[in-house]
Amino acid sequence: MQDNNRIIYALGGEIDHHKATAIRSEIDDLIMEERPKILTFDFTNVKFMDSSGIGLVLGRTRTMSAVGGRVEIVGASKSIERLFRMAGADKLVEIN
Amino acid sequence: MNRKKRINSFKAVLPSLGRNEAYCRNLAVAFLAQADPTVEEIADVKTVISEAVTNCIVHAYKNERDESKRKIYIEGVQFEDNTFRFTVKDKGCGIEDIKKAMEPLYTTDAESERSGMGLPIMQTFSDSFRIKSEVGKGTTVTFSKKVSGSDEG
Repeated sequence: MQDNNRIIYALGGEIDHHKATAIRSEIDDLIMEERPKILTFDFTNVKFMDSSGIGLVLGRTRTMSAVGGRVEIVGASKSIERLFRMAGADKLVEIN
Repeated sequence: MNRKKRINSFKAVLPSLGRNEAYCRNLAVAFLAQADPTVEEIADVKTVISEAVTNCIVHAYKNERDESKRKIYIEGVQFEDNTFRFTVKDKGCGIEDIKKAMEPLYTTDAESERSGMGLPIMQTFSDSFRIKSEVGKGTTVTFSKKVSGSDEG
């Protein structure tokens, strides 16, 4: 989606291990294809997330750095942001 | 550990399958709903249950070839003061070093992109938290959460 330099990936519903496992390779394929500078995860419609979401986002920071890009997060609720901060993910990913 | 009077309980046994992560969370939330919990209390319990069940699915039965033995045992008790105690148990491989497992960011399964935050999160999001594990026998996670009740009416 959007311009060549950025992919906005809108997540939705509940992100647990089951869901994260199902979508991570799809996102990696997208990154390798598009080679964006920024991958934005939009959490606006995410109703629930456990630590699997942390793994999903941090895993994508690795894929993104392989193509010379970075990851950012938008629309995260307070409780989701709290999980990312607990894991120190806010040092690797910009949370807006 | 708890001398308070029990007023309700449930027990369920489910196959250790990814699709049951959501089911277990919803089961706990439905049980909790009787006490009129706040949105935050619901989110905390959902998170702890989710982490515990994920551990059964990702770690506990990784070496168990017999599918009929891969089971999640989940239990909830409601006490009269609206404290809820949940237990998530497996009969899987057990945890070799619980101390290490409790360390933030420690994981034995980086391959599956586990963040190593499961146990620290469970501890943070519950009022009391206990984990018992024996290698080759299984793991039991017990936690409690007191529900304040949004309104007594």
